[in-house]
Amino acid sequence: MRRLLTAGAAATVLVLGTTACSGTTKDNSSDTGGGGQTAAAADPNAPLKEGLKIAYLPKQLNNPYSDVETGGGKVAVGEIKGEYKLVGPNDASASSQVSYINTLIQQQQDVIVVAANDPNAVCPSLNQARAAKIKVITFDSDANKDCRDAFINQATTQGIGESLAKMALEQAGSAGGDIAILSATPNATNQNAWIDVMKKELAKPEYSKLKLVKTAYGNDDDQKSFQEAQGLLQSFPNLKVIVSPTTVGIAAASRYVSSSSYKGKVQITGLGLPNQMREYVKDGTVKEFALWNPADIGYLAAYAGAAMASGQITGAQGEKFKAGKLGDYTIGADGEIVLGPPTVFNAQNIDQFNF
Amino acid sequence: MSELRRRLASWDTAIIGLTVIVLFVASFSVDNFGTSRNFTFMVLDLLPIILVALPMTFIIVTGEIDLSVASILGLTSSLMGWFWNHGLTIESIIPLCIVIGAVAGLINGFLITGLGLPSLAVTIGTLALYRGLAFVVLGDGAVADFPFSYTNWVTGTIGGGPVPNVLILIVVLALIFGVILHATPYGRSLYAIGANAQAAHFSGIRVARTKFWLYVASGAVCGLVGVLWTLRYSSARADNGSGLELAVVAAVLLGGVSIFGGKGSLPGVLAGVVLLTALQNALRLEDVSGQALNIVTGVLLVLSVLLPNIVNGIRGSWQRRKVRQAAALEVR
Amino acid sequence: MTQLAERPAVATATESKARTFLKTRELGIVLALAALILYTAINNPRFLSGQSIRDNLLNTAILAVMAAGQAVVVITRNIDLSVGSVLGISAFAVATLMSDHQGLPMIVAIVVGIAVGAACGLLNGVLVRYGRVPALVVTLGTLYIFRGITYQWAGGSQVNADELPRHFNSFGTGGILGVPWLVLIAVVVVGGVSLMMRNYRVGRELYAMGSSPQAAELAGIKVTRNLLGAFLLSGSLAGLAGVLFATRFGTVDASAGTGYELNVVAAVVVGGVAVFGGSGTVWGAGLGALLLTVISSALAVLDINQFWQQAIVGALIILAICADRLVAVRIARSLRKRDTHV
Repeated sequence: MRRLLTAGAAATVLVLGTTACSGTTKDNSSDTGGGGQTAAAADPNAPLKEGLKIAYLPKQLNNPYSDVETGGGKVAVGEIKGEYKLVGPNDASASSQVSYINTLIQQQQDVIVVAANDPNAVCPSLNQARAAKIKVITFDSDANKDCRDAFINQATTQGIGESLAKMALEQAGSAGGDIAILSATPNATNQNAWIDVMKKELAKPEYSKLKLVKTAYGNDDDQKSFQEAQGLLQSFPNLKVIVSPTTVGIAAASRYVSSSSYKGKVQITGLGLPNQMREYVKDGTVKEFALWNPADIGYLAAYAGAAMASGQITGAQGEKFKAGKLGDYTIGADGEIVLGPPTVFNAQNIDQFNF
Repeated sequence: MSELRRRLASWDTAIIGLTVIVLFVASFSVDNFGTSRNFTFMVLDLLPIILVALPMTFIIVTGEIDLSVASILGLTSSLMGWFWNHGLTIESIIPLCIVIGAVAGLINGFLITGLGLPSLAVTIGTLALYRGLAFVVLGDGAVADFPFSYTNWVTGTIGGGPVPNVLILIVVLALIFGVILHATPYGRSLYAIGANAQAAHFSGIRVARTKFWLYVASGAVCGLVGVLWTLRYSSARADNGSGLELAVVAAVLLGGVSIFGGKGSLPGVLAGVVLLTALQNALRLEDVSGQALNIVTGVLLVLSVLLPNIVNGIRGSWQRRKVRQAAALEVR
Repeated sequence: MTQLAERPAVATATESKARTFLKTRELGIVLALAALILYTAINNPRFLSGQSIRDNLLNTAILAVMAAGQAVVVITRNIDLSVGSVLGISAFAVATLMSDHQGLPMIVAIVVGIAVGAACGLLNGVLVRYGRVPALVVTLGTLYIFRGITYQWAGGSQVNADELPRHFNSFGTGGILGVPWLVLIAVVVVGGVSLMMRNYRVGRELYAMGSSPQAAELAGIKVTRNLLGAFLLSGSLAGLAGVLFATRFGTVDASAGTGYELNVVAAVVVGGVAVFGGSGTVWGAGLGALLLTVISSALAVLDINQFWQQAIVGALIILAICADRLVAVRIARSLRKRDTHV
């Protein structure tokens, strides 16, 4: 025991000793790992190269949403006569994504289309890829903007936040009432940005009857979301609407409400996949929800990557390129390419969509 | 006993041989496997498994187990982010994290040797406890702005060549652990404990104390790996390294260490780690899906224990038959 | 001769001691559960509403079914870490079957799920018994293998609630006299297995095997048959849990049940089954499952940071094994005292 104490004391002294000396702290470390390539001049008239190797790396493989996205990518890669490849981890962790990026670098792909599990953790590897002359396009979830060439944004943050608030008001009815948000993880970049916009909207006078009582997090895990939905309904008896800006959350919440005594009393809305939500729209649990077409995201990413690998664009603001059936796109600030406005689904139109 | 030893020696040799063959075949038949860049990637991929496997080998040799390793890694990673956000210097955070890892190991050691609780149950408990605390510290957030000079050292190579910086660390630690296990009385005492703890006790080995310090060492190494992991991905997260304990245990058992203790060698374990990592790397380069990797890992794990048993069983029945034939002859 | 006569006396004494201890052990869980529910209900009375009780019981059902099988395996001084993967493969198999053949009755789904699980469990048992590979290693390996097979099979696809037949989905939420089917099944399973372990010869043999494997073999217990049976049971129940999972959640992909093994082992250990075999009860494990579930839903209702949940589970496991150890030491001491008297 005495030896233990001595060891502990020695360690403490060691630590305190080094703390006392001046060292690198958060505040005085200014160096960041920016990498990347020197931008070559764009040639808008360059033809699209054939046989480009375009690899998709979604957050994880067994996710129906990203399957639809990469499915759109596969179609586009076929149209431009490229080589399509889909790889990815089974778990949505950044570290396993890094191994796959490394493999793609080794395989000398021309374009990597990636949905980052962690905006920073994948950065060093993505910069290694760019140093190896691979074009990096992010979709779905962006990486730091200094380690990718372009980002396919499914919709503007402002547009989604506004439509979430609008749908919540429509569902709560003219009397208004309590609403709650069931989000993905507390640090999910997309969801937090949308929720911020939504809160700003709710502060406006036309939304004065809506009261946001809680933001819960289902971690994009089906069961967790299911239990969080239960918790919300138990904690807030006057809840009128649950807004879930994530496909996992809205499906889990709808499933819970449709089989509970809350059906008809509480409305669910948010962002969801038509195939997952069809049953709940038909049984009346859900009146309307919104989403962009995920297949178009993967489709657009393939064209952006191909245009970049062919030298048509470099990722600078204002450059234009053609994206097959989707038409013309212009690159915005920070290399962002916006897909378009979201679609609202309801009982009338849901059967026209299959994804 | 000598028969047993020969068999074990042959399993170690077999796994080392198999590893060499896999590396050899892969570098010829798999495109881009034998490149220097791929070598760097592979070393970085096996870094956490190999370092944690070193103390794990010691612990399993004494007949115990530590399933909490990946959670200690996650906890130190979380705390590293927390300390960094609270303005501590990176130079003090790193030793502090190693000490915290050691304390986590010390708690394991106390519960197991002080209270005499089964290590399997205790470390399943602390697996949940430490991982839970990691989430309490950092939630679902991530801390990412660690100084470039440090993150770059972990991912970088010596003079920009093919040899990664972290390889030095692996070699030094592997040498230290290898010498201790195979060339010191202390190392032999670990085998004695694993073979028969009671006998070891009566021959004057301080069983409890020895095991206690093994857990502390395991914790400290996990603390170090937590730091390295965080710097490699420049991202402190509570879920860092989750599931690593399975990979480590699989590699150690694959390397020929008996789960019942008393048998195994460090070169075998190192070969086991390299074999698993190289196979995964090669299969990925060949576009074999991650799912198939799971199956390969699982099959290898079961085979590593099953095959020696089967070989032994066949040999045993052979001998028995010989004895029976001899007896029959005598009767006649 | 006197020695022979004395032995059973000591044994029964140990047993009755052990049994009173176990009673108090399970009483401890019940008390902890009561305190937790009381505290939560005072803070939020809706925690005791019919809907909330129903939700908690539904959430417990799947865990309790798996814990019953796991308890039997642990009592024989083994462990089955593959249950989460078995749940996954069974859930996916059943969901795929039902979405392809909408007309199949529920009972077929249940039988298929149990059969898939039984096959997995039998493989584990054979490897443990005939391959003489430790259960920890075998089931760690099959944890990877079964999961890998499921991923390979599913290939990223998912079965959604709307692809499943209506009667299949409604089984997960429906019930009889207000008691959900899932809860009923869990009660029957936990009760049935408890009864088998308590009152039948095979149950006592399983305890004996866990107390001392060698002695059990020497005493003429059919160790092979019993061990295979224990793994078969654990696998089958994990398979059944897979069916329940599919009906309850409706959405099934290859990752269903990932990490469940930890919760199941935690439920068993918290429920008072010793990891070194030979003691503990199946209904204790069921109570352990209930306690863990109530904790997680209480945290959500009490608005406590959800991140504490895992840490609390870990602390509970350690507390439970500390308590078991403490009582075991006390029993051993009192037995020694007895021996000196005799």
